[in-house]
Amino acid sequence: MRMIGHVAINVFKESVRDKVLYNLVAFAVLLIAVSYLLGQLTAGQDVKIIKDLGLAAIATFGLFIAVFIGIGLVWKEVERRSIYSLLSKPIRRSEFILGKYAGLVLTLLVNVSIMTAAFYAVLAYLDTQFSDSVRASWPAPATDPGMLRAIGLIFVELMLVTAVALFLSTFSSPFLSAALTFGLWVIGHFNADLRNFEAVVESASAAYLARGLYYVLPNFAAFDIKAQVVHALPVEAPYVATTAVYGAVYIAFLLTGAVAVFSRRDFK
Amino acid sequence: MKLAAGLLVVLMGAVVGLQAVHEGRGGRPSADSPNLLYVRSPEAMKRLALSYDALLADVYWIRSVQHYGGTRLSNEPNRRYDLLYPLLDLTTSLDPRFNIAYLFGALFLSAPPPGGPGRPDQAIALLEKGLRAQPDKWEFAQQIGFVHYWWRQDYTEAAAWFRRAAQMPGGPFWLTSMAAVTLAEGGRRDSSRVLWEEIARSEHEWFRAEAQRRLQQLDAMDHIDRLQAAADAFEQRFGREAAAWDDLRLAGYLPGIPVDPTGVPYRIQSGVVGLTAGSRLFPLPEEAAPPAR
Repeated sequence: MRMIGHVAINVFKESVRDKVLYNLVAFAVLLIAVSYLLGQLTAGQDVKIIKDLGLAAIATFGLFIAVFIGIGLVWKEVERRSIYSLLSKPIRRSEFILGKYAGLVLTLLVNVSIMTAAFYAVLAYLDTQFSDSVRASWPAPATDPGMLRAIGLIFVELMLVTAVALFLSTFSSPFLSAALTFGLWVIGHFNADLRNFEAVVESASAAYLARGLYYVLPNFAAFDIKAQVVHALPVEAPYVATTAVYGAVYIAFLLTGAVAVFSRRDFK
Repeated sequence: MKLAAGLLVVLMGAVVGLQAVHEGRGGRPSADSPNLLYVRSPEAMKRLALSYDALLADVYWIRSVQHYGGTRLSNEPNRRYDLLYPLLDLTTSLDPRFNIAYLFGALFLSAPPPGGPGRPDQAIALLEKGLRAQPDKWEFAQQIGFVHYWWRQDYTEAAAWFRRAAQMPGGPFWLTSMAAVTLAEGGRRDSSRVLWEEIARSEHEWFRAEAQRRLQQLDAMDHIDRLQAAADAFEQRFGREAAAWDDLRLAGYLPGIPVDPTGVPYRIQSGVVGLTAGSRLFPLPEEAAPPAR
């Protein structure tokens, strides 16, 4: 466990040193701030638009961080040949993989937290710009804490994306890993279509295949409750909990797979 | 290092200068129509949006507002609002709870030319789509009644929708009496005034401004009735049509040149009184085009 912690802290430190990471955070903060200006272009929908844009920005920047750093976690060590000195130390391969994963999750946690703080700060400022009668017409307050449920699920989704990227990077090139991770993320949003595939095809085998993929592929659409929280629609705690558990189990599956592949890999 | 800094300043100066030249020549030659919408299918767009449907709905909403405002303010004599309904349809398909898009969109769509496309049928279709998404939203039912009342002068339908809105959860009680008044006295300006005064209490600034404009139009219609009566009396007394306001002023019917609630003088032509085409209140609901006599 201590070894995993050491690796994780090193991954976090390395990503903090990575200037691209700073740029992404700065850009996300800037985007949320710019969203305030964008709100001026529309007819009284500033708060809704800023909520939509802020949540989408948190999800998007987190996605880029998860994919582009996730795919390099293992590959960089192999490319630099630092993997040899690492594995010669008293560290198991499983600890190495889990530590790398935990480090990137910690990086994501810090990033998402900073973006969330900036997001709420913009909304708190905006809240002061409207009269009580206008505020009363909103479905939820500008700084509605209910949005944290969506951000929480975005974070679980990012953890899952990271696990996908890490798993793929244990046996594939960075370019292919990135393409496959993005591909899985996109397919994961068409999950409902896979389930209903039998309604549009005549072939029974194709329908069974689609139904099988529906159950096996990660259902990223389930983590998206952004529109619901913006409109203050009820999102029951059991739904959030079940989705988070689904994410956790899938992450465990992918990390087990990553450890299994990495343990058998020959670095000679 | 100094050389590089100097070179950077010179190059940036050249870029700014060339951009100014480019702007001075009128910018990029137009290659396509601004009225272009690549994806019109809401179903296709919902799939393409992945998890960004709400954000894309915002983008299409901003485009709707810009398209409506830009077309309305353009000097083009044959201005068209071709993209308005498809844009609003995309907006409300991507985010079916985008309430303001239904309510504002219906106002945009039903406004008569040149201030809008004059499509109350599309306004009703949009609001009915909103009701399918949120069957308890009494504001949509009220707005449908309003479109029937104001733009279609179909008072039976309007009363039915006002009654339906009143029966929905949270529907205001005054809509019940509005339904009765609409059936009994549909088309009366007093009833219209009540409707617009209710809308003028909206929390949305745009609705309030639009309601104020409509209330001013109703005031102008009252003024025009009185001025027309004076013009008719002049014609009866002198056996000729009043050609200008001076005729009525000199004959003692008016103290001066009458102006509409926005301060623009009314028009009198061949004894017929109306709004000046340049007035912010033109055209009146009953006066889509200046009447000929």
